[in-house]
Parts: sequence; structure tokens; C-alpha cells
Amino acid sequence: MTKRSLTLVDQLTIGIPFAWLVTFLALPLISVATLSFRVVADSIPPVAPLFSANHGHFALQVSLRGFWIVTNDPLYLHAFWNGLANATLTAVGCILIGFPLAFAIARSPARRRNWYVLLAILPFWTSFLLRAYAWMGLIRDSGPINELLLSLGAIHQPIAILYSPAAVLLVMIYSYLPFFMLPMYAVLEKLPEDLLAAAGDLGARPAYVFRTVTLPLSLPGIVSGAILVFVPAVGEYVIPELVGNSRTMMVGGILWDEFFQNRDWPLAAAIALVTFSLLMVPALVLRRRLGQLSSASL
Amino acid sequence: MAATQAPILEIKGLSKSFAGTRVLNDINLAVPRGSIVSLLGRSGSGKTTLLQLIAGLHDPDTGTLVIGGTDMGGVPPYERPVNMMFQSYALFPHLSVADNIAYGLKARGTPRAERDRLLAWALELVRLEGLGSRRPDQLSGGQRQRVALARCLVMKPAVLLLDEPMAALDRSLRADVQQELTGIQRKVGTTFVLVTHDQDEAMAISDYIAVMDQGDIVQFGTPRDVYEYPRTKFVASFLGTINLFEGSLLEGATGRRQLLTEDGLEISANRETASVGETSCTVGVRPEKVSISRQPMALANNFAGTIERLSYSGNLSHATIRLSRRRVIEATVVNSDHTGASALEPGDAVHVAFPAEAAVVLTA
Repeated sequence: MTKRSLTLVDQLTIGIPFAWLVTFLALPLISVATLSFRVVADSIPPVAPLFSANHGHFALQVSLRGFWIVTNDPLYLHAFWNGLANATLTAVGCILIGFPLAFAIARSPARRRNWYVLLAILPFWTSFLLRAYAWMGLIRDSGPINELLLSLGAIHQPIAILYSPAAVLLVMIYSYLPFFMLPMYAVLEKLPEDLLAAAGDLGARPAYVFRTVTLPLSLPGIVSGAILVFVPAVGEYVIPELVGNSRTMMVGGILWDEFFQNRDWPLAAAIALVTFSLLMVPALVLRRRLGQLSSASL
Repeated sequence: MAATQAPILEIKGLSKSFAGTRVLNDINLAVPRGSIVSLLGRSGSGKTTLLQLIAGLHDPDTGTLVIGGTDMGGVPPYERPVNMMFQSYALFPHLSVADNIAYGLKARGTPRAERDRLLAWALELVRLEGLGSRRPDQLSGGQRQRVALARCLVMKPAVLLLDEPMAALDRSLRADVQQELTGIQRKVGTTFVLVTHDQDEAMAISDYIAVMDQGDIVQFGTPRDVYEYPRTKFVASFLGTINLFEGSLLEGATGRRQLLTEDGLEISANRETASVGETSCTVGVRPEKVSISRQPMALANNFAGTIERLSYSGNLSHATIRLSRRRVIEATVVNSDHTGASALEPGDAVHVAFPAEAAVVLTA
């Protein structure tokens, strides 16, 4: 192969996303990373300068205090644990609801499929906050769900759903479902009909076909969809804040508190970096595994 | 072939419509045990629907379908003693060759030892020993076809259905793969019913061909029968090329039917026309039955003409000879010596001739 010089179009095609990634991913990440090593100060911004000149001595002012706190204080470990557990449950919930949904759409007549996909994502054209408030209205003690159950006599006093961990999970699964469903649908829709017909022809019952053909071949879609849900869900701030129990510590919540209330920017940056690395490791491992899976299924 | 035995597959009065459109009309077909039968037709002829009805993927509107002496009415696909080899081969991409072949046995719950024995037998049958641990994407097209074949044959079906078995292969591979396929079929003796739109393929691998057109089997017979004695214009021109002569009947004193074309050619045909009372009919003559010579020949049909076009294709030469202002006839000549038909030139005055046996009466 000969090395070609890049045309202007080539340079633009590579250059624009590159510039985007540098500006909005690399630079903020570097800035957060540097911030995490700085020393808190009672000033604006609330960090001491990196270099200080004191009586003719130049000093570099850095500290690992933020990381030490994050990795040693049970409060933060607990918040990480809550974030991971909540994100895991959200991902599992999205798989349990999203897979059958995507499967049903992918197996419906071709001309109706796009309509079903549209219907599934239609609610997400409305502002997220509006939908979160709508949920709050639905599940509050005097909301329609409790009213209905009371009038049916199924319960004698309202169930306290709102401000419970269950409410957080419910609204998170609802909000993140499209991120799982769409990649899942893309994989299932491409699953050749012939393979299922061939399995049936070889005497396999539907449940056996599902276990031995459909499921293994849709694993790449399940994994990529689950990553898309899991990663942002770990740091979710708004939903726990709106519908959750204020005593339940979440990564997003403590980050907000450290940054805005305690004005401890280095600690907040350390929380963000630790969260980031906690997510990158499993995501990279899954990606590699996913690459093997999809190359095997081609 | 065991022509005396009862057919393994017997279809009587089968019809099928989809959404009010008739796809199959009154199909009758008897497939001899151990034979290869091709359902040959264009797309839309109903050949694929017929295959699917045999597999049980659809229920017929009327008619019966008997496989191995058992009526298949109401028997679901997975309980029928048939397996289907798909056009795409439909190999499971996430399973090895061995797991693909053993899939049906596992689903059926065949004990491990028996499964391993059948797997080894199948791998040897299709010459894929040593490739059992490969994935389908590591195989050539021909090898993939053999995996698909083995995956069906381990199930020991009474009838194996093959949907366009060569369609997924490069044209250059097909001749070898056809031979391979018939070789395997002869070894196992399983009855093959295959669907194809390729006349050459049907001729090369079938014991019998069912030519289908617009939901009917228009002719059933050996490749030689359907080629040499086509019953209809459709069959005649679908399988190879043919010269057609339409004309009115002459009451010949010779005992043979003769016909007179509009442009004044008198043609003697091989047999009497189908029904008494008809006044016109069509006969067909295959180009390779037509002889060319500079002198008149002692054959029942002999006409003078001029060579209009001559194309040389190595073993054969194809000539178009103009007999009159409105009539040309195609002739194919074997180039048996070096000069062959090249001794002829366009513009040469020649005689073309064919025996009465070569002029086949067509019914429609």
C-alpha cells in the first residue's frame, strides 16, 4: 500500500470530529484531572494557585487529599456502591423490558416496524424534566396509581412509592430504556429469519431455538445496550434527587454537594475521576469481548 | 432406481392461494424413492410454495400430501420426516461445523454416543473430517453447502428439500459442486426434491424434472423426456432453444400429420396432433437436429435458404438461415473437423433438413 497525501476533504472529515473530541472531551478531562490535585483555598476560584511565590521561594502546591478521602471515607465508598448498584439494576431492568420489546418489534411485519420504533421513542421527544415530574405526579401518595388501588380496595392506605429507591429505579429504567432498546433492535432486526427457520426445521422447539440461536446471536446487542445504559446511570444525579430518598447517597449527589455546597473542587474532581475510571475499565473489557462476539457472529 | 416401489412422496390435487391469488393449481406429483427431482420454473411459478407445502411451512387449501405412506395433513413442520437445506444455507455463525451438524440431533435429544457416531459419519460423507472445529465463516462456499447438507442428512430425513442449492455459489464452482451433490446423494440414497430456476442445473443433477409454470406442473419426466419431447411451447423454449412452426393441418396420405405454415412450408411431424378436429398446431425443432448442407438431403423436411448469421463458439457453431422473407431457422452444428461449419459463410445458399422425428408436436 502506498501512502497517499490527505485531501482537504479527508482532513476536514478527520479534523472536525477530532477538534470536537479535543475541545469537549480531552480538554475538560485534563482540566478536571489537574483540578483534582490542587489545594483548596478560601478564594475565587476556591483553589490555591498551582505555583506560589513565597519569600522568594517557588512552591508547587499539589495534594492527593481528594483521592485519599474518596478511597477511605465510607461515605464516598457507599455512594459509589449505591451508584453502581443502582446502575446495575437499571441496566438489568432495561434488558428485561427492552429485550422482549425490541424482539417483538423486530419480528413484526416489516412495514409496521418503523412505526413501532417511532412509538417507542415518541415520549422522549418531550423534555426529560417534564416526564420526571409527570412520574412524580403519578406515583405520589394522592396520585392516580394510589387512587386507583385504593378505590379498587386492593390497598387501604397509599403506598409510599415516591421518594423511595423503587421510585428511583422505576424512573431510571423508564428514562434509559431507549438507549438499550434501539441498539438491541438494530441487532435483532438483522438476525436472519433463515437461521430461526433452519433451527425449527431441525426439530428445535421455540424455547430451544431461543436459547441456542436467538440469545447467543443477540448478545452483542445486549452488551452494547447495557453499556449505554450502565455508564451514564452510575453518575445519574437528577432522578435520585427528584424522586429518591434524600438520605440515599449517590455519586452524582455527593459530587454536586462537594462542588456547589462545600466548594471543595479538588474533592469533586477526584470523585469524578474515580467514577470515570470505575466505568472505563469494565466498559473496555466488555468492548473487547463484544468485538470478539460480533466478529464470530458475522 | 426402484420404480416398482411406492413413491416416497405423493401429492394429489394440491392447491394453494395467498390473499386470494392462486399460487398452486391442482398439483399432482409422485416422487420415486431415492431419486433427485427438480421443481424447475421461473420466479412466481409456484415452485418455492410447493417446497414449503411439502416442508409444512404452509397448509394446502385442498389436496393431500403423503410422505413415506403417512398423510401429512395436520402434521407440524418439526414432526415431518423432511429437512430443508436453505438457499442461504442458514448455518449458525456462532457454532462450529460440528455443532452445526449436530444441532438437530441435540435438539432431538439423541444420546451422546449415537450423536458422535452420526457426526463422524456425516463429516466423512461430506469430506469435512478435520474441519469440525472451524466456524462457518472460515469455510469456502462449497464447504458451507456441504455443512448445510450434512446438517440435514444426519437427521436421516425421508425427503431432503433443497431450495436453490447453487444460488449462493460462484458460477465457476457450480459444475463441481453439482457433481459432489449428486455423488453424496447416490451414497446415502436419500430422496432429494430441489427447487431451481436454472435449466442447466436441473438437467445436470436430476433424475426427474417437474417443469412448473403459473402454478401448474406442465410436464414431469426425465431430463431427456422434457428436453426431447416437450409437451408445450413453454417447456420447449424454457429448456433450451427451439424453432417453432405454427400452421394449419394437412390431411396427409402418409399416415403422419403434416402442417402447412403461413409462409408456405410443409412440415412432417413425429406424431399425430393431440386432438381430432383441430385445424392448426405448432411443432418445434431443436437447432441441433437441423442439418446444413450445400446439397438437398434425404430427410422428411428439406428447405432451401441462405445463411444469414454464423457464430463460432469452439465446439459448436450456431447458424441462422433465412428460408423466406418471414422465416429464419436456427441450426447448431458440431465442429467435428477443423474446417467444420467455418467452411460455410454468411450469404451462402444452403439446404437445411431435419427428420420427421425431430419435429415435435406441441400442444399449447
